[in-house]
Amino acid sequence: MTEYSNLRRAFLEVSDLSVQFPTEDGIVRAVDGVSFSIERGQTLAIVGESGSGKSVTAQAVMGLINKRNADVSGQVIFDGEDLVAMSDEDLRKLRGNKMSMIFQDPMSSLHPFYRIGDQLTEAINAHQKVSKTDARDRAIEMLHKVGIPLPAKRFDDYPHQFSGGMRQRVMIAMALINSPSLLIADEPTTALDVTVQAQIIELISQLQREFDTAVILITHDLGIVADVADEVAVMYGARVVEHGAVDDIFYHPQMPYTLGLLASVPRLTQVRSDRLDPIPGNPPSPLRLPTGCVFQPRCVYQDEVVGDLCRTQRPDLESVGPGHEVRCHLPAAKRQAAAEVALAALGRSSS
Amino acid sequence: MIILLLLLTLVVFILFSLLPADPARLTCGKGCTPAVLEANRHKLGLDLPVIQQYWEFMKGLFVGRIYAADSPDPVVCNAPCLGYSFKRGEEVLVLIKDRLPATIWLALGAFILWLAAGISVGVYAALRRGRWQDKTVMGISLAGYSLPSFFLGLMAIFFIVIRLQLLPYPSYVSPFENPIQFFQTMLLPWIVLAILYAAFYMRLTRNQMLEVLGEDYIRTARAKGLPERIVIRKHALRAGLTPIVTAAGLDLAGLLGGAIITESIFSLPGLGSLAVNSVNDADLPVIVGITLVTATFIIVANLIVDLLYAVIDPRVRLVS
Repeated sequence: MTEYSNLRRAFLEVSDLSVQFPTEDGIVRAVDGVSFSIERGQTLAIVGESGSGKSVTAQAVMGLINKRNADVSGQVIFDGEDLVAMSDEDLRKLRGNKMSMIFQDPMSSLHPFYRIGDQLTEAINAHQKVSKTDARDRAIEMLHKVGIPLPAKRFDDYPHQFSGGMRQRVMIAMALINSPSLLIADEPTTALDVTVQAQIIELISQLQREFDTAVILITHDLGIVADVADEVAVMYGARVVEHGAVDDIFYHPQMPYTLGLLASVPRLTQVRSDRLDPIPGNPPSPLRLPTGCVFQPRCVYQDEVVGDLCRTQRPDLESVGPGHEVRCHLPAAKRQAAAEVALAALGRSSS
Repeated sequence: MIILLLLLTLVVFILFSLLPADPARLTCGKGCTPAVLEANRHKLGLDLPVIQQYWEFMKGLFVGRIYAADSPDPVVCNAPCLGYSFKRGEEVLVLIKDRLPATIWLALGAFILWLAAGISVGVYAALRRGRWQDKTVMGISLAGYSLPSFFLGLMAIFFIVIRLQLLPYPSYVSPFENPIQFFQTMLLPWIVLAILYAAFYMRLTRNQMLEVLGEDYIRTARAKGLPERIVIRKHALRAGLTPIVTAAGLDLAGLLGGAIITESIFSLPGLGSLAVNSVNDADLPVIVGITLVTATFIIVANLIVDLLYAVIDPRVRLVS
């Protein structure tokens, strides 16, 4: 991306990443030209609805997409190395070591047949030669760090002897056991109780500060985003449609989809009888993405763009402020007006 | 389990006593007079009511049994007595004991072959799902699955033994007596039997692996940076093992009761051929004996499989 070319390379720089799965029904474009970057110690939130390509983006960065079944293109420069061009074996050495990942469902993400301790030490032994007792000590220390009571005792327990929140803590311990510099958390709290959610997010932030980790947080919980993210990338229909600092997204949103997303969040100040404002329509099928703007079929502002551009021409990510980019054909003034109306309805002002 | 076995003896006994064949009739040759027939019937204990016959049979199992105690030449059958075959002039237990080794060798050899082939090829096919390797393997397995064992066995004998003369004609000896001849004899029956079962295990393993490879914990294992072979062997295969163990246990137990067709084709002196001959001869005590032994194998196999579940899956273990 030209915006970055004259700058120092970011710690993780994803540019023009695309993932396509050939299927019998045609090519599924799960990720279509996604770019973002992140520094150590920072948190980037990727938000969007189900099927928008968030998880596939994360898995592509981690090299978890099977290249036999999918076509991955673009660049993922991680600490100076391109992960897309890297061999499977070199990628494996990074995975779980310099970069690691936490998944959505802690109930099914741990192997049911192996002890927690064995699964943790396995992660250590995959990347370094350490003695059995050292690995055990390290694992117990990590369990302690993520707040598992009696870690030395729980070390020998099986996953089914843990609650969901505790299992997610174990997953976090496993992800951070080799002190990675990049952590991708793919909806780490979606499957958990609300009270546990806050604890898990707090835990991730705390460990992030301790290890100076870059965190990519994939979520559709905008409350969490507001709490912990430094930057936000809004994904829709396999593309990033808006990208900016967290305040830009929450207080100066520009893309109609982002406005819709913000409007669909329930608010305590809302009058009880008011219904939520969902975005009308359904997300596009990744088999047949619209030719123009991916959001066009659901966009209420499309008539305000002259020349039917929304239907025919794919909008580029356009810079609208420092570090704030939007993929929309609406003229700046009209975007501004739309945002003001939407934010006013939310009881906030954009100034 | 004991109760199950007792019930089983009862059912088997009643079923066979309902058969229209009269074993006493078969014990005396062409010049049979009603007097001899009646004497033989008494000797066999067949003149007693069925329930009493069953009682005698059960008593025989635990304390032994004497047939025709009131005649000048009584037949003594020591405990555990599964009965006495007048047709063959031998205790049933001895008959079964003589035949068991061939059956066990046949079953074990084939078992090892088919598990090794079935699981490894099944995993291979799963890892290349939808590609030509997978399709070829599945096609071959379908063919193997569909071929009857007598066809495979006869083809093997015809081509390998008779035409190409690669192996001598099968003639069973104990492996402790003449290991070379033993292997030469057993090789074809092992392969024929293994092909049938391996075909099924390939499909089973492939399907299990495909299911497990889509599990979240496999993605976790990969995300940890484990080498792919450890992901496959340690994480995926173990998780998919349970149904394979179940099927393997029951199949092995079933085979220990005699592979009737394979044994007959390769003239192996096993339980299967004994069973066939006994049915032809209406040799009831032997049939009851074999049925009981086979059923015991299956019940024991079930128990072992259940115990293995606990070894494989910690969730099955009792809380200690």
